[in-house]
Amino acid sequence: MISRRGLIAGGALTAVGALTAAPAQATVEPFHGPHQAGIATPPQAHAVFVGLDLSPDSDKEAVVRLLQLLTDDARRLTQGRPALADTEPELAATAARLTITFGFGPGLFAAVKAESPVAPLPSFTIDKLDKRWSGGDLLVQICADDGVTVAHALRMIVKDARAFAKVRWVQRGFQSATRRNLMGQVDGTVQPADLDRAVWISQGPAWLRGGTTLVLRRIRMSLESWDAADRVAREFTIGRRLDTGAPLTGRAERDEADYSQVNKLGFPIISEYAHVRRAHVTDPGLRILRRPYNYDEGLTPDGKSDSGLLFASYQADIDRQFVPIQRNLAKGDLLNEWITPVGSAVFAIPPGCAPEGWIGDGLLK
Amino acid sequence: MFSRHALLLAAAAIALTGCGSAQVAAAPAKQSPAAAQQSPTAAALTITDPWVKTAKKGMSAAFGTLVNNTDAEVTIVSGASPLSPKIELHEVVESGGKMIMRPKAGGFVIPAHGTHELRPGGDHIMLMGVAQEVLPGARIPFTLTVKGGEPLEFTAIGKDFAGGKEDYQPGMGHK
Repeated sequence: MISRRGLIAGGALTAVGALTAAPAQATVEPFHGPHQAGIATPPQAHAVFVGLDLSPDSDKEAVVRLLQLLTDDARRLTQGRPALADTEPELAATAARLTITFGFGPGLFAAVKAESPVAPLPSFTIDKLDKRWSGGDLLVQICADDGVTVAHALRMIVKDARAFAKVRWVQRGFQSATRRNLMGQVDGTVQPADLDRAVWISQGPAWLRGGTTLVLRRIRMSLESWDAADRVAREFTIGRRLDTGAPLTGRAERDEADYSQVNKLGFPIISEYAHVRRAHVTDPGLRILRRPYNYDEGLTPDGKSDSGLLFASYQADIDRQFVPIQRNLAKGDLLNEWITPVGSAVFAIPPGCAPEGWIGDGLLK
Repeated sequence: MFSRHALLLAAAAIALTGCGSAQVAAAPAKQSPAAAQQSPTAAALTITDPWVKTAKKGMSAAFGTLVNNTDAEVTIVSGASPLSPKIELHEVVESGGKMIMRPKAGGFVIPAHGTHELRPGGDHIMLMGVAQEVLPGARIPFTLTVKGGEPLEFTAIGKDFAGGKEDYQPGMGHK
């Protein structure tokens, strides 16, 4: 527990600006390390994903300068310190578990004349992708428990990126501690247990080891037609109960789903087409790490929502892990009646960097 | 011996008489976050978070927080950089209801164990004629000459910055 005394002392130190005054409570996420923060980090309440496109004249030398600038911003801001030449340094003081994570899209590799470890996903029958939510050369993912902190970090980052790149898209999301999405379901129950196997890259090019890949899918929910589905239909669609998040064959959220159980008529209790069964992966090492954020962009004049999920999936190998799951879902997930992927982007997420390094230094140095 | 307090006051007083504007000159130098990281064995004079405003050509300015780790006041009398053949140490003061900049008489004085912030709208290192475009993220070497001491060499990072439009208006300032 934090004593009042400790808080006052922390405040006083912060006032004179000592970096070492980082308060004991876990409001500051470490920036340096073998992996970038913002992936294994427990999800913060607010997120913004920005896709940037490099200008045609942003060559390797320029990309290096850009990444050095952005890394410097991230290194300071995540620790509750103002960015260099921060115009609103007071807004940097509340770190609120801020993480800033960078990803490289295929276009960045083309710009620096390097082989891209990622490529756009194959197309799926359910996709209705919109260019305005897809692609991008450079991803910046900014997450924090305070919306003002996110806004300030975004502004400082974008100001430094302007000379090098144009903003392709901005996707804002939020998450509740209940992990419920806007359809009311508890999301993200089954996650990989062994991140070293499922998430962090340990093979292939040396510079990417300790990194991962991100697939960011913007999935629109048709909440107006979902309104027409009753609770039994909703639970049948997912294969989980709405109240507890437990599988239909179990009692608690974390109970393992039993896909072999049948009802009196001999039909599986969890349908062949239920979302959990379609998304189920037998080998835990092939699971994807999901870090989804809800989006809710506003209403049409007649009150219809533009809502959905920013489905952020991290995995060591997109082709082995993400694509088979997405294929299974595209083929026969009951939930497809109400959800539509409208955006898709893939990024290689470089490993973390050392205090004197910068994100991407292994590739570009 | 002077207390640190007294030195700070003295420095403020000198600045006051120098330009006649209480508002700007009396503003105390704020400590920068990184300044506190200096170890006890750090060099006599250091600069934290040095940066230089990007510019295609013409004028620009460099900023940062000067940190004096010694028991005595330190005075910076001039600056140099391959970026600009002419460099001046400037202050920003009020004159006739307008903020103007001009060379700072006596240079930058950093009190013993004190700091002196160079920032847009305040004291700064003025690049009078940028010979080569300063790109964002560029690393620009600088040397500051210290009265009676070793020069301070450092590298400033190019940053895009909307403020600090330090247009030199010789007709408005005084030489």
